[in-house]
Amino acid sequence: MTDPDIPSAYVRDKRTPPPTREELRARIPGWGADLDPADRPSYPKLQYPADTGAHWDFPERQPGGEGRERSIEHAFVTPVFGTAQPLRGLSGGVRRFAYRRFSEGRLAHWLLLIVGDRIDAWGSHLRSFASRRPDVPASGLRSELTHGGLRSRRGRSDARHQVLDPVVVAGPWVAGAAVTYTGVRRLVRVLRR
Amino acid sequence: MRAMVYRGPYAVRVEEKDVPRIEHPNDAILRVTLAAICGSDLHLYHGLMPDTRIGHTFGHEFIGVVEQVGSSVQHLQVGDRVMVPFNISCGSCWFCARGLYSNCHNVNPNATAVGGIYGYSHTTGGYDGGQAQYVRVPFADVGPVRIPDWMHDEDAVLLTDAAATGYFGAQLGGIAEGDTVVVLGAGPVGLIAAQSSWLMGAGRVIVVDHLQERLEKARTMAYAEVLDYDEHDDVVVELKKQTDFLGADVVIEAVGAEAHGNLLQHVTGTKLKLQGGSPVALNWAIDGVRKGGTVSVVGAYGPIPNAVKFGDALNKGLTLRMNQTPVKRQWPRMFEHVRNGHLTPRAMVTHRFPLEDVAEAYHVFSAKLDGCIKPLILPSAA
Repeated sequence: MTDPDIPSAYVRDKRTPPPTREELRARIPGWGADLDPADRPSYPKLQYPADTGAHWDFPERQPGGEGRERSIEHAFVTPVFGTAQPLRGLSGGVRRFAYRRFSEGRLAHWLLLIVGDRIDAWGSHLRSFASRRPDVPASGLRSELTHGGLRSRRGRSDARHQVLDPVVVAGPWVAGAAVTYTGVRRLVRVLRR
Repeated sequence: MRAMVYRGPYAVRVEEKDVPRIEHPNDAILRVTLAAICGSDLHLYHGLMPDTRIGHTFGHEFIGVVEQVGSSVQHLQVGDRVMVPFNISCGSCWFCARGLYSNCHNVNPNATAVGGIYGYSHTTGGYDGGQAQYVRVPFADVGPVRIPDWMHDEDAVLLTDAAATGYFGAQLGGIAEGDTVVVLGAGPVGLIAAQSSWLMGAGRVIVVDHLQERLEKARTMAYAEVLDYDEHDDVVVELKKQTDFLGADVVIEAVGAEAHGNLLQHVTGTKLKLQGGSPVALNWAIDGVRKGGTVSVVGAYGPIPNAVKFGDALNKGLTLRMNQTPVKRQWPRMFEHVRNGHLTPRAMVTHRFPLEDVAEAYHVFSAKLDGCIKPLILPSAA
């Protein structure tokens, strides 16, 4: 007889059998309703007899796909695509280069897209300063007052990580303001000479 | 129309935009009646997803009323109340024909590794999403389904992603009768994954998180044992102790790219964006499952590489299963479970915001203020 203190992992069978079907059914609504894998909708993988609703072999092509950016792992621009926020400006150039030059398997593809994102964001921030709705470093902060900002974080371990948020979010804005201030000051000095 | 728009990392607002128009004969235009913010929207909000463009409208969980249909639409009519899977799918490519609606090859020119998703950056096709008064729905004959009369709108909107993903996550686990299932994350997906694990015959369900309101919800909504990782120096060791040193038969990873629990991973993955998110939960899953066990991953990650403990997965002989959820494939069976009360998606809803307050909604959900588990967006209240 094996010592009962030896845990399950070191012997043939689990030491504690699971609760019986009757116990589980009494405690859990619907326990075992999908016990048979055949009742599980994703089983078996890659077999799907249902009608998808498609009444075409290949979809009609959406107009406007010529010149649209695409992954070079695709044979062509897919027959349907999103038309929101088309490429434009410097960020658009960087993104287009990422799509044209690098496949999805290359890290450069994704890093260039992130560079494009940051150029897009800062270009939009700068343009917003000349509008009636200038951007702010972070939105929705009113809810810190209305939804218990302090109360909600009390005793939470992730509050330590959230301390970094102001640095990560406001840091680039502070750095940008400092660079702008220094640059303008130098320019003024040069012009005064 | 009024629509949520992205203005850069940590900044969103509501703006006036043009009402979308029919761009393909099988398009429909939907007037959105209810939307939700998904945990994965926070990855966009925090600037983690490559090619997220300024002006993009997020939102892949929404229901609404058909306002307009394209010339080839046969299955929907103006005025129909419909729920829309978060996947955009053609219904006819190699992948859709085999039920992989989330991997459709005909809807996302920007990438082959991911299908089309509403309002989820240009990496998933460049479609504006449903946190707006109107949205364009491509392939209206494939994705949308009329909402059954008996179904509550809040259940319907949650079935478009979060609930379907939890149910799918449990299926990926290949749960056998009596299995011990550990669910990492007691958010909307994890809660339904825990409920679903019982349906598939689990003998024990343990949910891991550190937020008290979520652990309480896992107890009351999903009848699960709970484990607060803040109470343990090493949660993996605790999981081993609680499973008689075997590890769990199945671990469902329902956290994704913004996991806490390890400062270095969180800072490099989430704050500094040096990897495609923080893989803390994924590594806990690999460590916490038993040898020969299955890890099901439904937490969302970006395309940039992560520091994942792949060697341990190899040495333990694990089965790793994962995908974005092919939502429509889940629905007929899920509808039965919701109608019978076996799955209760709307029990997780904690907050309802008018569209005009979308910036506050994102901040509350992101910082997890006020016990927020699932926020809904009400475009009609704008």
